[in-house]
Amino acid sequence: MREYELVIIGGGPAGLAAAVAAHEAGLRDILILERDNELGGILNQCIHNGFGLHTFKEELTGPEYAGRFIEQVKKLDIPYKLNTMVLDLAADKTVTAMNREDGLFQLHPKAVILAMGCRERPRGALSIPGCRPAGIYTAGTAQRLVNMEGYMPGRKVVILGSGDIGLIMARRMTLEGAQVQVVAELMPYSGGLKRNIVQCLDDYGIPLKLSHTVVDIEGKKRVEAVTIAQVDGNNRPIPGTEERYECDTLLLSCGLIPENELSRSAGVELNPITNGPTVNESLETSIPGVFAAGNVLHVHDLVDYVSEEAGAAGRQAAGYIAAGCREEEHKALPIKCANGVRYTVPVAIRPGAAGDTVTLRFRVGNVYKNKKVAVYAGDACVFSRKRPVLAPGEMETVILKTSLLTDHPEADGITVTLEEA
Amino acid sequence: MVDIVIIGAGVSGCAIAREVSRYKADVLVLEREEDVCCGTSKANSAIVHAGYDAANGSLMAKLNVEGSRLMPALSKELDFPYENNGSLVVMVSEDDRPALNKLYENGVANGVEGLRIVERDELVRMEPNISDQAVAALYAPTGAIVCPFGLTFALAENAARNGVRFQFDTEVTGIGKTDGGWKLSTTRGDVEAKVVVNAAGVYADKLHNMVSEDAMTITPRRGDYFLLDHSAQGHVSHTIFQLPGKFGKGVLVAPTVHGNIIVGPTAIDIEDKEGVATTQAGLDEVRAKCGLAVKDVPLRQTITSFAGLRAHEARHEFFIGEVQPGFVDCAGIESPGLSSAPAIGVMVSGIVRDILKLEENPNFEAKRKGILDPKGLDAEAHAALIRENPAYGTVICRCETVTEGEIVDAIRRVPGARSVDGVKRRVRAGMGRCQGGFCSPRVMEILARELGVDQSAITKAGAGSELIVGVNKDAI
Amino acid sequence: MEEKNLICINCPLGCPLTVTLENGEVKAVAGNTCPRGEAYARKELTNPTRIVTSTVKVRGGTLAMASVKTAGDIPKGKIFDCVKAIQDIELPAPVAIGQVVLADVCGTGVDIVATKNVPVKG
Repeated sequence: MREYELVIIGGGPAGLAAAVAAHEAGLRDILILERDNELGGILNQCIHNGFGLHTFKEELTGPEYAGRFIEQVKKLDIPYKLNTMVLDLAADKTVTAMNREDGLFQLHPKAVILAMGCRERPRGALSIPGCRPAGIYTAGTAQRLVNMEGYMPGRKVVILGSGDIGLIMARRMTLEGAQVQVVAELMPYSGGLKRNIVQCLDDYGIPLKLSHTVVDIEGKKRVEAVTIAQVDGNNRPIPGTEERYECDTLLLSCGLIPENELSRSAGVELNPITNGPTVNESLETSIPGVFAAGNVLHVHDLVDYVSEEAGAAGRQAAGYIAAGCREEEHKALPIKCANGVRYTVPVAIRPGAAGDTVTLRFRVGNVYKNKKVAVYAGDACVFSRKRPVLAPGEMETVILKTSLLTDHPEADGITVTLEEA
Repeated sequence: MVDIVIIGAGVSGCAIAREVSRYKADVLVLEREEDVCCGTSKANSAIVHAGYDAANGSLMAKLNVEGSRLMPALSKELDFPYENNGSLVVMVSEDDRPALNKLYENGVANGVEGLRIVERDELVRMEPNISDQAVAALYAPTGAIVCPFGLTFALAENAARNGVRFQFDTEVTGIGKTDGGWKLSTTRGDVEAKVVVNAAGVYADKLHNMVSEDAMTITPRRGDYFLLDHSAQGHVSHTIFQLPGKFGKGVLVAPTVHGNIIVGPTAIDIEDKEGVATTQAGLDEVRAKCGLAVKDVPLRQTITSFAGLRAHEARHEFFIGEVQPGFVDCAGIESPGLSSAPAIGVMVSGIVRDILKLEENPNFEAKRKGILDPKGLDAEAHAALIRENPAYGTVICRCETVTEGEIVDAIRRVPGARSVDGVKRRVRAGMGRCQGGFCSPRVMEILARELGVDQSAITKAGAGSELIVGVNKDAI
Repeated sequence: MEEKNLICINCPLGCPLTVTLENGEVKAVAGNTCPRGEAYARKELTNPTRIVTSTVKVRGGTLAMASVKTAGDIPKGKIFDCVKAIQDIELPAPVAIGQVVLADVCGTGVDIVATKNVPVKG
């Protein structure tokens, strides 16, 4: 097997954007490994529109958005292997993979970009009591069946979880002829976009029940009914609030988990909050030369930001290889999260290694109104912006001028916090 | 007329079928579900009990110890996963010392080898995550874990290889005496047999009561479980029980042969013989109890929860024997039924052999090769396998790294997988942390192709559990 | 005078908008935090439109279905008619992104176009 300087694990939006950016940065020796039978990843099944407003200034569907990047990859002649499963990533960046044509093979690249994406939280992880019949699908599995294979997984549907995929699938199932009876959401707020609540649920008269969860699933062979109940402040069902819905399908849209089994096997340090690698400002993980971007790093809500982040990872990987895979020592400022900020990506900034700006992405842990996002270098406030509303479902972005950090050489760390506006 | 009908294709029925295939006889296994291993055998603790628990002098004690002794050799002969990890019964209060000693003595009397009591210091060395309250434990080095699916499929496939026929989706609804034996009414026509073996699990009472005045009642005793992800592997290495005592009856925490951790079960007597729904209360009980013997059980790593039914008879004993001429019961097979299965097979086949005066089957083949798992191969052999059959290069289940080659093998076996769950139990596709989210559509595709049917006919677990109900826009 | 309540979709704030109508004409919008809220309310109450996305069958392709969309907004009230109109369409592969699948769907003047490349199988 011929070797490649850069191996990108995953040919979804992150992997594609990383490949294109690495190529544009001058790197020519790139290989994308994709486990599915086509490039594009999850976008291939996201046939709804709303993608690409930031990147292409127009509203595209998922396959169209993926198509733009696939076209670039093909035009640039960046090699890729489909139906190829990476089985192992070692700490020395040895990639062990497998497919029909090449069999079991190993690659020894100079740099690796992790772009494996994420998966859905299944019923089992939610420990929903009840029977285990046919008719329980994650929203994404149903999405694949309907949008790519043309099969209806059910006729009468209850959805648990109001993440965007769940909302989108409520509309998709309705338009394909199913009856979506209710969407139950455990939290007192939806994790989905307002637009999706209005255009996927309200447009079709589908009720959204906040602070509700599924407490029973009936049906020996196929789902026959689902009972939901209201939950208290500790997410425990409140007796007496049960409502039973006769249905043949339960769709689950209860969160996404970055797929970091390979990162773990390589010994990449993971952030327990995001379940993704901890990275510095260059999107480099704890293993030099291993970069991460997209949903494997932290779950995004907009693919445009995935592409942007992955582009940066691609450029950084190209730079790392161009510099002979050597890195200078730079002082690193760890980032502390405070006051409702759940995590940040990156977790540390090396001002000496950063370009003119550093992009900080983060999420908050609750719905906050009229707050100020503030960034401190040591004790000095270097950034502050008013935010009328912050919600866990919306990723926040702060673009920080690196000079603001170098102006405070005494600082030993950075704090990202919410303050009263 | 067939010589022998075995009712039930669980681990007992399959063990009996395999053992009886050593003799020249026409054997038919009738199973109401769509596959083997669909009842109690599929949802249990996956433990091979050493045999210290059952009352000394009981049939249960005898078959448990024998089954546990037979299991290692059988696992080699039939190629199914078995691991002799040893078990510990942990005492969390000094007050319970007499009970622990009693258990030890009972085990010694039952003939369990190597039993000894380990005190806290040694216990902590053996199991660093043992609970802080743990005082001492009964250590049974012969305790083991097994893949209950693997064991049952291995027995069934070997039986089939030796001429036993399996008929699925066939429920026995009535039994009547005939001149030469028995006539069974089933949901798929009548069957006549010289000898009937009742290995019907939670339904064994129903069948027994069709032929015997001496009524029997099997109570389904439900057990709720959590199964944890591979990432929890290593939290415990032995099977850890809690000694029933001051704090009630605990739950076990044990590794599985596939690198997961299993936690459970509850013991809730119910009426519904199909009542395998977990309940909030049941799951909460497991959550509350699992910490008594093992600390920090990582329940956050749960990938699935499920419930199984034990076929409990009030006297807590196995009922094996010819209750009417030519009608052999194999009933009350609750825990340690899985552990006892190899011995149950030998015992029941002996009874049947004596009734029918069967001769040895000179063509009996004792060995069976399991479904090839390429993960066990070295790099060179693995590469050669993919060259020879590229289907082994296509990963279908990402979480458990199951290839198309393995799935095709599972479908082409006899008896083979015909449903998504059938594939899952044979090769673990869909058994991992995403629980089939990614691979189930692909598995459906492969099943449809291999079985020569449309994808819409593919079920999760037999007729009525179709996964697809139509095509887009067919009802607008 | 008539009042209607809406939720603004422009940002996560989700302002609850109260729109006052007279003879179908928007007289006032209240509850919005920014001008986008008012514009949204006016459009939504006088001429609500949506992009519709769906699938059509493909014959002889690497995929059984191709995703499609309305090339522009169509009246909200015509969503189901639009889906019905493509119910029986089966495209021969190959299908290319942007290819017109059905022109002027339901008299809206808007075409249904493919959003996915589906090459010929084999």
